[in-house]
Amino acid sequence: MLLTTHGLTRRYSGLVAVDGVDLAIPEGGIHAVIGPNGAGKTTLFNLLTGIVPPSEGGIVFDGQEIGSLPAHRRAALGIARTFQNIRLFSGMSVLENVLTGLHPRLPTGLLATMLRLPRFRAEERDAVASARAALEMVGLQALADAPADALSYGDQRRLEIARALVAAPRLLLLDEPAAGMNPAETQGLGELIRRIAADGTTVLLVEHDMHFVMELSETISVLNFGRLIFAGSPREVRSEPKVVEAYLGARLAAKLHAHAGTTHGQ
Amino acid sequence: MTIPGWLDDFLWTYQTLIHDLGINGLLALAMYVVLAVGQLSLGQAAFMGLGAYSGALLSMKLHWPFALVLPASCVAPVLFALAIGVPTLRLSGVYLAIATIGLGEVLRSVYINWDYVGGALGLNGIPERAETWMIFSLLGVALLALFLVGRSRFGRAMEAMREDATAAAAMGINVRRYHLMALVTSAILAGLAGSLGAHEADFISPGEYGFEPAVTILSFALLGGIGNPAAPVAGAWFLTLLPEMMRDLPEIRLALNGAIIVLAVLFLPRGLFGWRMKRRAA
Repeated sequence: MLLTTHGLTRRYSGLVAVDGVDLAIPEGGIHAVIGPNGAGKTTLFNLLTGIVPPSEGGIVFDGQEIGSLPAHRRAALGIARTFQNIRLFSGMSVLENVLTGLHPRLPTGLLATMLRLPRFRAEERDAVASARAALEMVGLQALADAPADALSYGDQRRLEIARALVAAPRLLLLDEPAAGMNPAETQGLGELIRRIAADGTTVLLVEHDMHFVMELSETISVLNFGRLIFAGSPREVRSEPKVVEAYLGARLAAKLHAHAGTTHGQ
Repeated sequence: MTIPGWLDDFLWTYQTLIHDLGINGLLALAMYVVLAVGQLSLGQAAFMGLGAYSGALLSMKLHWPFALVLPASCVAPVLFALAIGVPTLRLSGVYLAIATIGLGEVLRSVYINWDYVGGALGLNGIPERAETWMIFSLLGVALLALFLVGRSRFGRAMEAMREDATAAAAMGINVRRYHLMALVTSAILAGLAGSLGAHEADFISPGEYGFEPAVTILSFALLGGIGNPAAPVAGAWFLTLLPEMMRDLPEIRLALNGAIIVLAVLFLPRGLFGWRMKRRAA
C-alpha cells in the first residue's frame, strides 16, 4: 500500500467531518473517494496533505508516518494535489505557476542564487524545461506566457494539474477535477488522468461525476457522514446496497431494491 | 578632480534631503520584504529605532569606528525580530499590523523612560559619519539583491505565499520559514537605515520611531507598489521630495500627503509603479 490511514478523525466544534477512516490506497493506478455532499471528502484530502491536522488517528505514506508533518514536508515527500475551488497564483504567468510546483526539487541556496552561479543558471534552465514538459502533458504549452487568470475554467483546472505534476509526485490527489467541465473537456481530462497513471503516478481523486469515476477507477472508497462505509471495485460499489442507500436515502433505496427484485422475477 | 562650485553648493544645501532619499529608500525596502511575502508587519519604525539607538550608543559611549557600528546596529533589530517573530507570525493581516505597532509603542516608552538613552529628550551630539556614498551603496546593493532573489524560486515562493499561503504550502514551500526570513531581512534593512539616519542627523528622539513613521513607511510601499523592489523606493522618493516642492504651503502639506495616499490606494491598487517583475531567470 502506498497510503494508508488508521482511525483518521477530524472534529470541528460539534461536527465530526472525518470519523475513524481506515483508507488503503495501493501503489499505481487510479483510485477514487466518493460520497454525497458533506461526506468529508475534501476534509480527508486536507488531512492527507497536512492542511488541517488530524484530531485522532494516523497517516502512513510509503511506510512513513506523516500525520504530524507540516504540509510543505508532505509535498516534498511526493504528495501533490489540486483544489476543488481552483487555487492558482493568479498574478503569475502560466509557466511561473508550474515552476512554483518545482520549489522543493530545486536545491540551490540563497547565496548561489544571488551570485548567479553556473549551478543556479543550470538549475533554472532545467526547471523551465521540466515546467514546459508538464504544460505539454496537459496541452497548455502554447499558453506558457499568458497570465494564469486569463485562462478558461477548464484550462485553469489543467494548469493546476500541471503545477501538481511537475515535481513528479508519487501520489497525486485531484479534488473534483471534472467539476464545471463540459462532456468533451471531461473526456479529455479522463484521458489525461490515464496518461498520468500510466507514467507511474498513483492518482487518488474525489469526484461527483459517477460515470467518470466508474470508468477510470480501479478501487473506490465510499464516505458517508465522515465514515468509510465501503471500499471495493467499481462493480462491487455499484451493487452494494449501503452505497445506494447513502446516495438515495434508505426508503428510496429499499423501493429501488424491491423494484429491481420484481423486474428480475425473483 | 574638483567639484564645480555650483554642484558643491547644491550638495551642501540639499545634503540632508539627498541622505533622506537613500535612508527612506532602505526603509521602503524593509517594508517591501514583508509585504512581498504577504505579511502586514508594521515594525519597521521600531527596527529603525533600535538600529538608531544601538548605533548611536556604540559611537558615543564606546567610540567604536563606524565600519563596526553600522553592521552592529543590525544586531538589536534582528534579535527583536526573532523574539517577536516566533509568536506574532501566527497572526495575519490586521492582527499582525496591530501587534507590531503595539510592540513599537512599547519600545518608544522604553526610550522615553530610560535616562541612559536620554529619555524624552533623546540623544544629542551623535558623530556625523554617514556619508552619501555609504547610504546609496547600501541601497543599491539591497535593491540588486532583492531583484536577483525575486527572479528565482525564492521570488516565486514569495509571490505564491502572498497570493495563497495554503496553496503555496501544498507546493512544498515552508511558508513560516519565509515569513521569519522576511522579518529578519526587514529588521536588517530598517536597522541600517536607523543607524545611518542617526549618524547623519546628530540628534535622535523617541518620537521619530513611533506610530507616525510606521505609517509613513507603509505609505512608501502603498504608493509605489510591491510588484518589484524598485517600486517602493520610487514611492519613498516621491513622498520625500513632495514636501520639499511644497515648502511654500506648509499648512496643507500633511493633508495633501494624506490625500495622495488615499487616492493611490483607491485608484492605483498596484501603486504608481505597479509593473510586476518576471519570476524566472531562464
